Formats: sequence, structure tokens, C-alpha cells
Amino acid sequence: MTATHLLSVADLGTDGIEEVLRVTDSFVEVSARAIPKVPALRGRTVVSLFFEDSTRTRLSFEAAARRLSADVMNFAVSSSSVNKGECLRDTVETIDAMGVDALVVRHGSSGVPWQVAGWVGASVINAGDGAHEHPTQALLDCFTIRQRRGSLEGLRIAIVGDVKHSRVARSGVLAFTALGAEVTLVAPPTLLPPSLEGWPVTVSHELDPVLVKADVAYMLRMQSERMTGSLLPSRREYTAGFGLTRRRAALLPDGALVMHPGPLNRGVEIAAEVAGMPGSVITSQVANGVAVRMAVLYLLLGGAG
Amino acid sequence: MAERERAPAPPDGGVFVARAQVMSADDMRRAITRIAHEIVERNAGVAGVALIGLQTGGVPLAGRLAGELERIESVPVPVPVGSLDATFYRDDIGLRPLVPEAVTDIGFGLDGLTVVLVDDVLFTGRTVRAALNALNDYGRAVAVQLAVMVDRGHRELPIRPDYVGKNLPTRRDEMVDVSPSGVSIGSVVR
Repeated sequence: MTATHLLSVADLGTDGIEEVLRVTDSFVEVSARAIPKVPALRGRTVVSLFFEDSTRTRLSFEAAARRLSADVMNFAVSSSSVNKGECLRDTVETIDAMGVDALVVRHGSSGVPWQVAGWVGASVINAGDGAHEHPTQALLDCFTIRQRRGSLEGLRIAIVGDVKHSRVARSGVLAFTALGAEVTLVAPPTLLPPSLEGWPVTVSHELDPVLVKADVAYMLRMQSERMTGSLLPSRREYTAGFGLTRRRAALLPDGALVMHPGPLNRGVEIAAEVAGMPGSVITSQVANGVAVRMAVLYLLLGGAG
Repeated sequence: MAERERAPAPPDGGVFVARAQVMSADDMRRAITRIAHEIVERNAGVAGVALIGLQTGGVPLAGRLAGELERIESVPVPVPVGSLDATFYRDDIGLRPLVPEAVTDIGFGLDGLTVVLVDDVLFTGRTVRAALNALNDYGRAVAVQLAVMVDRGHRELPIRPDYVGKNLPTRRDEMVDVSPSGVSIGSVVR
């Protein structure tokens, strides 16, 4: 990567995405070894700066950095000077002044990683900004699909659910279409963004006819924490219309994949038994996440500084 | 994103222009046969010997050497062959973009084996240094030996080959290209 930051999937372009996926192959091999650690980023420091809750992304980035022999520093908002009223810029500049090489940033507001990138000398990696983007999630999803289906070229991918609040959907649409997949968004009108102009997608408000032709059913998490106002009559009604129930899962063609970025709302957007069925690659997504993030950190920090 | 390094394209860009061929395909074939005999002689057979080719130039050579070893010793079990990409163990990470050429594939445990590392060209010795470190993470070999098609000199580390196809004095700025059709010496034109 010639870039110093990973803020959006759009920064990578098709070639950049392919390069990350290629390097990920090597890190999958590293992760499978008895000693899953290489000295590639010895002496580099990676800070995870999470202003929003996270289990998998944060642990995944930390595991990735450690497997590359980088040092990891952890920032917990709840026990930091943010609680004394320190503003974002001062917090970030303080950490940068300690001499770090990469900041992995998650924040509830869209655009924060861009702002941070303008303030610091370190590489900034967007680990999710509001309802905007989550590039490493899209990369690990591409890798997982490629692993199972060989390529994304010509695949029909249905992204189902709370598109409006989903950064996973935005990054996913960019990455999947860049690699040649056809994306259909399936959601009730209230859970779609106000405008989809310029998005290279088709939209459907009905799930069943899309599922019967889908190669991938990508179920989004219902983001209750971002919902303001009443967008849905009830959760039960949502599940009836847009949840991947056992009946709907049976509509999927043979070999179709079921994906979910986690954390699961079992019984809402996906039935518990569907998450555990053979076509479900949800745990592969998590496993591949570490290798993909190793590739991203290596490409950003391994090159000429 | 950085360009991928790919043989025979020079690592830092430009085009390789051959000045002279120093080994023909036949010369290489004979060198491989001789090295195979030397490996057999040195290790008193091929029992417990494994070959690991360094990505990417050493991989086809390791395959050919294994075929030759099996032929001259008529062994019942094939000699194990693996490939190794030592990119993540290099000491020049951070100096230039380094992207792995290919995935490491060692499908056997190294404990108790004598490993012969195989590469096409031995130059500064830094790739071999990185490969030795990488091998450590796959197990403890009884011994590690080094076979190269061309030793072109200019070592920067105390590393020497055990088996050499050809000693080829070069200038530092020259480039050596090894392909199935032979070995050429030339330079990089930008």
C-alpha cells in the first residue's frame, strides 16, 4: 500500500482490495502454524482507540498486531481523561506524541478517522465510524466469500436489514461491487438511507424472491442503539418480513453462504439454528478477520515509513 | 499500494536486459544432477533429507532436485519438498515495500530432518538469514544445508553455500536471472 491510512474502502480501489486479499493468504498460513507469530512489525506500536463498544474488532486488531510482533497499547474511554472533559483532538495528539505507528479508531460519529488522520503522524485505520464505513469488515467479508466461492465476480449478494444505520453495508457495497459482485439491498423503506443515488445496487422490499437467487445472504445487525424514533412497528414484525428464519434459509440455493458481521441478535435478523447451519460462515468471518487485519497492518506499517 | 516484486522483474522496478548467457539449460541440468549426487554423498543417502525452496526462484529448483534425488537413489518414499516465503522475517521491512511472493507451504514437521534450503541466486545472504529464522518457527531441523544455482558473491553476512551450481563473479550493480532456459547476467535498465 502506498497509502498511509485506511479510512474507506474507496481509498483502496479494486487493485488495493486484491492486494490485501493476496497478502491475507500468507497470514492465514501464519495463523495456522504452531507458533502463529512473525517478527515483521517488531518495534512498531499500535494503539486501539475505541470510543464505542466492541468485542471482535478490537480483539481482532490486537491479535493481529501481536502476531506481527508489534506492541499494542490500549485506550479505554471509560478510564481515560475523556471523562475529565479532554476533547478528541487533545486526546489523539497526546497519544500521537508518545510515538505510535498506527491508531485504530472507532467512533460513533461519521468522519472522525478522517479528522484524526489530519492531526497525527501515525497511520490511521478506520475500525468503524458511526453509520459510515468499516473497511476491514468489508475486506474480511470479501476474503471469506473468495475462500468459499473462489471469486466474487458475478455473485449475487443480498445485504438484508438495517442498511440505514449500517457502516458494514456501506463498506460492503463498495468492496463487493469493486470485485464484480451484484448487490441487492433488502430492507423496509424506513431502514434504507434517505437517498441511494449513485449506489451501484438494486433495492428490494421483499426478501423471499431475492433469496431464491442469492449466492450470499448478508444479514445486518439491527442497530437498536442508533435508532431514533420509531422506524419499525415491532421486532416481531421485522423478523416476519426480513429475518432469516429457518423457512427462508431453505429457499437459498445450494452452496449459498449466510453471513453476519456480528454481534448476532438471535431470533431477530437471524434464527439461532440458521446461524449454525453448514452454509453459515459467521465463525470463518471472525477467524479471517485476524488475518485480514494482519495484512492491513503489515501493508500500512511494513513499507517505507 | 506498492508494486509486487516478481521475478524476473528487478525488485526496485526497471527491466532486466541480459548481456550474456552464462549457463544453458543443459548446464543447469548437469549442475542439478551433480548437486543431487553431492547431497546423497554428504548425507549418506536421502533418508531424513527434506528440500525447501525459497519463493519464488528456489521453488522449481527444489522440485527438480527432489526428482533427481529420487531417480539416483531409487527411494521408495518421495523426498519431502516444501516452499518458504521469508518476507516477514526480512531485516529490510520498513526500507522498501515488501509484499510476500507466495504462501509458505511446508506440509511436514521439520523435527529430526536435515533440511536443504534451495535458492536460485545467493547474493548478500540476507534472504537466507531470513529463511533460517523462519525455519525456526516450523520446527527444529537436525541440520540445515544450502544449495544454490548461482553464487554471485558480495556477501553481507557470514553465510556460505554447501552446494553450488556455478560460482559467478559479478559486479554489485549487475543482475543475475535464473530461468528454466538458463542463467543470464545483465543489468537493470530504468
